[in-house]
Amino acid sequence: MKSKIIFFILAFFIFSSIHANENIKVNDIFKNLRCLVCQGQSIADSNSDFASTVKLVVEDQIKQGKSEKEIYSFLISKYGEWIVYKPSFDTKNFFLWILPYLVLVSGGIILYVLLRKKPKL
Amino acid sequence: MRVNLTRIIIFGFIFFCLSIFWLGLKKDQTYDTRNLIGNKINEFSIPSLDETNSFSEQYFLNNKFTIVNFFASWCAPCRDEHKYLVELSKNGAHIVGVSFKDKKSNTLDFLNQLGNPYKFIAADNDGKASISFGIYGIPESIIINRESVVVKKIIGPINQEIFKEILNIIK
Repeated sequence: MKSKIIFFILAFFIFSSIHANENIKVNDIFKNLRCLVCQGQSIADSNSDFASTVKLVVEDQIKQGKSEKEIYSFLISKYGEWIVYKPSFDTKNFFLWILPYLVLVSGGIILYVLLRKKPKL
Repeated sequence: MRVNLTRIIIFGFIFFCLSIFWLGLKKDQTYDTRNLIGNKINEFSIPSLDETNSFSEQYFLNNKFTIVNFFASWCAPCRDEHKYLVELSKNGAHIVGVSFKDKKSNTLDFLNQLGNPYKFIAADNDGKASISFGIYGIPESIIINRESVVVKKIIGPINQEIFKEILNIIK
């Protein structure tokens, strides 16, 4: 009897954790989608007609087993790259992604060179 | 030498920031999906209003151009543009109407009142099919050719000027 109770409790926790992960994934997708008819709101934050329709479509596509990337590319093909907050990493957006790291590294190098040359008192 | 290098870096940084601001200010911030002309519309199926048939990309094969018009009886600008759709239909345009998030009875009342320019009426009751057409508000009309490619996208109601443009395309 005791082992059965433990088994059910474990099964319940495993099931709820899987379900919670699914919800987190859906919410992450909603958060990365821009509500095109709202002022600075994501699909997750908005209750507009457009946002609720997009939510339904995303949920449908998840049920169909489509990946996050496939969902984004479907929506980008219909609404352009403006619909996603996080732009894709491709040749067009290469500098957008790489520039902050480039500035950080070159800034570090410049600082290093300047500090190294500073005469010791 | 070190002072010069520091100055170059500071001025370079300021110049870089100003260039980004200038480019940002020059950029057109008005979003629309008109630049998606040339995209293919496929993998969709919308049931007809009478639920006996469905509207899919196969439909485009039958005509040189098909105008897909998203409308609703509750949408005031749809009423304004309707006379142009009726006129386009009289001029031989093949128009498919997609009733968007509307009741069947209201759609039929709307068409009885203002005339029916549609060769086929589909019903997108939950709005999900509209996403396949890149719709984000109604009315919107899309001219699609035989190859299912978007030729023109009209966001908002059709007016006299757009009416003439559509006539030029479909003739």
